[in-house]
Amino acid sequence: MKIRSLAAMLAATVILPFAAAHATDLEVTHWWTSGGEAAAVAEFAKAFDATGNKWVDGAIAGAGGTARPIMVSRITGGDPMAATQFNHGRQAEELVEAGLMRDLTDVATRENWKDIIKPAGLLDSCTIDGKIYCVPVNIHSWQWLWLSNGAFEAAGVAVPKNWDEFVAAGPALEKAGIVPLAVGGQAWQAAGAFDVLMLALGGKDRFYKVYKDKDAEVAAGADVAKVFKAADDARRLSKGTNVQDWNQATNMVITGKAGGQIMGDWAQGEFALAGKVAGKDYSCLPGLGVNEVIATGGDAFYFPVLEDEEKSKAQEVLASTLISPTAQVAFNLKKGSLPVRGDVDLAAANDCMKKGLDILAKGNVVEWVDQLLSADSQKQKEDLFSEFFANASMTPEDAQKRFADIIASAD
Amino acid sequence: MKGQVHTGRPSKLLRNLSSKIASIPMVLTAVVIFLGGTVWTVVYSFTNSKLLPRANFVGLDQYERLWDAPRWIMSIQNLAIYGVLTLIFSLVMGFLLAALMDQKIRFENTFRTIFLYPFALSFIVTGLVWQWILNPEFGVQSVVRSLGWETFAFDPLYNSDIVIYGVLIAGLWQGTGLVMCLLLAGLRGIDEDIWKASRVDGIPMWKTYLFIIIPMMRPVFITTLVIIASGIVKVYDLVVAQTSGGPGISSEVPAKYVYDYMFQAQNLGQGFAASTMMLVTVAIIIVPWAYLEFGGRKRV
Amino acid sequence: MSDRVVLKVGPALAAATKAGIEPYGAKPRRVLSGRNIMLYGTLTLAALYYLLPLYVMVVTSMKGMPEIRLGNIFSPPLEVTFEPWAKAWASACTGLNCDGLSRGFWNSVRITIPSTLISILVASVNGYALANWKFKGADVFFTILIVGAFIPYQVMIYPIVIVLREMGIYGTLTGLVIVHTIFGMPILTLLFRNYFSSLPEELFKAARIDGAGFWQIYFRIMLPMSLPIFVVAMILQITGIWNDFLFGVVFTRPEYYPMTVQLNNIVNSVQGVKEYNVNMAATLLTGAVPLIVYFVSGRLFVRGIAAGAVKG
Repeated sequence: MKIRSLAAMLAATVILPFAAAHATDLEVTHWWTSGGEAAAVAEFAKAFDATGNKWVDGAIAGAGGTARPIMVSRITGGDPMAATQFNHGRQAEELVEAGLMRDLTDVATRENWKDIIKPAGLLDSCTIDGKIYCVPVNIHSWQWLWLSNGAFEAAGVAVPKNWDEFVAAGPALEKAGIVPLAVGGQAWQAAGAFDVLMLALGGKDRFYKVYKDKDAEVAAGADVAKVFKAADDARRLSKGTNVQDWNQATNMVITGKAGGQIMGDWAQGEFALAGKVAGKDYSCLPGLGVNEVIATGGDAFYFPVLEDEEKSKAQEVLASTLISPTAQVAFNLKKGSLPVRGDVDLAAANDCMKKGLDILAKGNVVEWVDQLLSADSQKQKEDLFSEFFANASMTPEDAQKRFADIIASAD
Repeated sequence: MKGQVHTGRPSKLLRNLSSKIASIPMVLTAVVIFLGGTVWTVVYSFTNSKLLPRANFVGLDQYERLWDAPRWIMSIQNLAIYGVLTLIFSLVMGFLLAALMDQKIRFENTFRTIFLYPFALSFIVTGLVWQWILNPEFGVQSVVRSLGWETFAFDPLYNSDIVIYGVLIAGLWQGTGLVMCLLLAGLRGIDEDIWKASRVDGIPMWKTYLFIIIPMMRPVFITTLVIIASGIVKVYDLVVAQTSGGPGISSEVPAKYVYDYMFQAQNLGQGFAASTMMLVTVAIIIVPWAYLEFGGRKRV
Repeated sequence: MSDRVVLKVGPALAAATKAGIEPYGAKPRRVLSGRNIMLYGTLTLAALYYLLPLYVMVVTSMKGMPEIRLGNIFSPPLEVTFEPWAKAWASACTGLNCDGLSRGFWNSVRITIPSTLISILVASVNGYALANWKFKGADVFFTILIVGAFIPYQVMIYPIVIVLREMGIYGTLTGLVIVHTIFGMPILTLLFRNYFSSLPEELFKAARIDGAGFWQIYFRIMLPMSLPIFVVAMILQITGIWNDFLFGVVFTRPEYYPMTVQLNNIVNSVQGVKEYNVNMAATLLTGAVPLIVYFVSGRLFVRGIAAGAVKG
């Protein structure tokens, strides 16, 4: 509690000098439109409005195909918004290089982001040629296996503690009419599940060899073949899922129609909304219970260059608001993600979130695939794995060969 | 063409002046937007543009990669199946309905609205509703099973081999109403006297349709054909909403490949290469036909 | 002027009419003739196929979420509720703005009316010029236009952003109206061109002999005879523009965002559990305007307008 009030004071001192200025409207675009996400954004808006300015919300549902062309068109068309969400990592590189994005280094040095933001990799992803262009706002990790305690009880087996036990429990679940592993039909879910298997079963070093060093030989090698073997298991266990959206798949776990799901920490919000309690109704295995390492992907806000001086000033206020301790705590509790600074208190976090915080504190983190591979290679990988998961006649060997080709040509 | 009533005007440029002035928007659109935009797209398909278009030329790289991608090949096959079947079914169903509607029936307004209303709903919603009706767990399959036929199987959206037909059912539902409407407008444009004459001569109705009316409706059919065909080539939202291209990649279509690679993969070069291939194919089919149809030859 | 034109056309057509000796007359009005059973039977069957999804949508939109999760999609609601409708219209959230579809309704109207009128006006004049006043080279432009109908929209986004930016109208309503006019042009021009060229040639010739010019013939002769095709064009454009999401959102700024932006946000947002009832209600509400237009304009579509006008 003490830390929190202290933090609030700190935030207030940072923000006050700007608050005296005129109220300025800033349009902020993002693709956070689901219930929990919108509630989280509302916290940011509240914090920003409290500085005497006004957050004008420009939400567009649908991340990749829908929102991004709109954002890019607005920015290149000469009618930019004041701030916009992007996944940090490599997506906005070119806009920065084209001089369309604002350099935030001044604000960052003034507020000492370098020391505040943990893990440091987050700020690195915002840094291009030594200058800082974005504000990371949260950490999302993909490496979770969510399990329905009820489903395992119904099948008469113990709730697994790791991936191998989970695979072994598969037949019992199937016998009870339960789909062991829910994998939604959208391509990114299959690809994400594979990457999680890669990190958990292949280990951190191999994961980096393949995705960071783009070593096609390792990708074609025997160790990765084991990962493909596991993916083959996952494919077999996921037969009969018959849903598209990730949250529909999560819902199968919530209702006990499925045994488990490999999905990011955002799935937690769904369990919470359904009134389920971690540990009692569902269990979570970070790193699939094998390798307790989590990745630090996440979201960030970028600020296009604006001509209006007042708005430019307000952009700075917004940037420091987003990273202020109070806003960070309020936002991330609603969003189900982890805050980007180590100096805040998350007393309200639930069991699974605490597990994540622990791992984070131990420093068992990796950069996620979004930060390592271009969106282009990611998409090729998605195409491959969605085909693999849907088509039982594609052998793991064939898939691995194509995977190695993608890695070989990745940039 | 029939309109060329020459009234000996002095200058060539000034001849038919009003018509030329009236056509300025069309000329600008054709040249600046469609021709210019296409040339721009083709030029940038030879670059390695990522998020923003950049003139960094890489030769045929994008095309080599395109034709190596299993997903692109699958997309083309799907488009071929979907396209041929959509053309046949929507023309046949549309004409049949239009012909029935043209029989001086009662409740014409009601029937027309019923056939046409799906067109008012966006593809996104069409996809969603049909995804639902075709869902094995609570759609048609489960209803038939609950009626006692336990082994009844109908799950087109979750079966890679037939998923494209599931998309077809929804596409036809949305689009045939408009085809009906167009053809009905065409039928209404035909002089009553033709019917009277064929009646007097004792020609059976189906023969009158097949050999007299349909040939007379040629212009309307051409319009309809272009509308259907351009819709087929551009089919995107429906697939996204109904199947997301799945299961796996088995209901992918070319337009989706273009969009996904342009915006999700942020590989404009690849997206432009794919759309150039689409355009080339369309142009190979359309240009000769369009030239014959709209060009030099004079129709009576 | 127009009276005289019609008078001159009259005799030519009267001659043609002579071919039919017997009047078409009223058909036998037996209700249960085999023909009628076939006719109405087929139409009713077809109508059922078209109505089934609507039924599912309406029924679903009036169920509560618990009932949707349990029940089969075809069963009528046990407890009828209009809450999903109220929510879709007035309180569904788009990010932080929780005022449902109502937010974008007037924007959609403001976009659709000028876009529809201007695109139809421009295209009908184009079609008329191509059908009746063809100048040298017109076919080349027209062919380009038709090929243009096959270009996927998304490919054109960046070039058009550049053009609009250079014209200084990026982000304005004017820019959006121009974009809709451009993309409606290929199909509409084709539609009008083909319709006008299927009208009897004598009419045009007679008017020309009478000394009527380009615009006179267009307004006095062509327009009044082309009601069915204008209705079709209107159906196409109103539906297309009203349902358009991409252009509305890419080429304007948030204060002009059409209703489909909210629809997209409602339908595509991943809520805790997908609220199918609200989705369906939102869909039906968004589709209501084109639907009403269809129903009203259908009356303009009545049999024989074209033929009747020709006979004058």
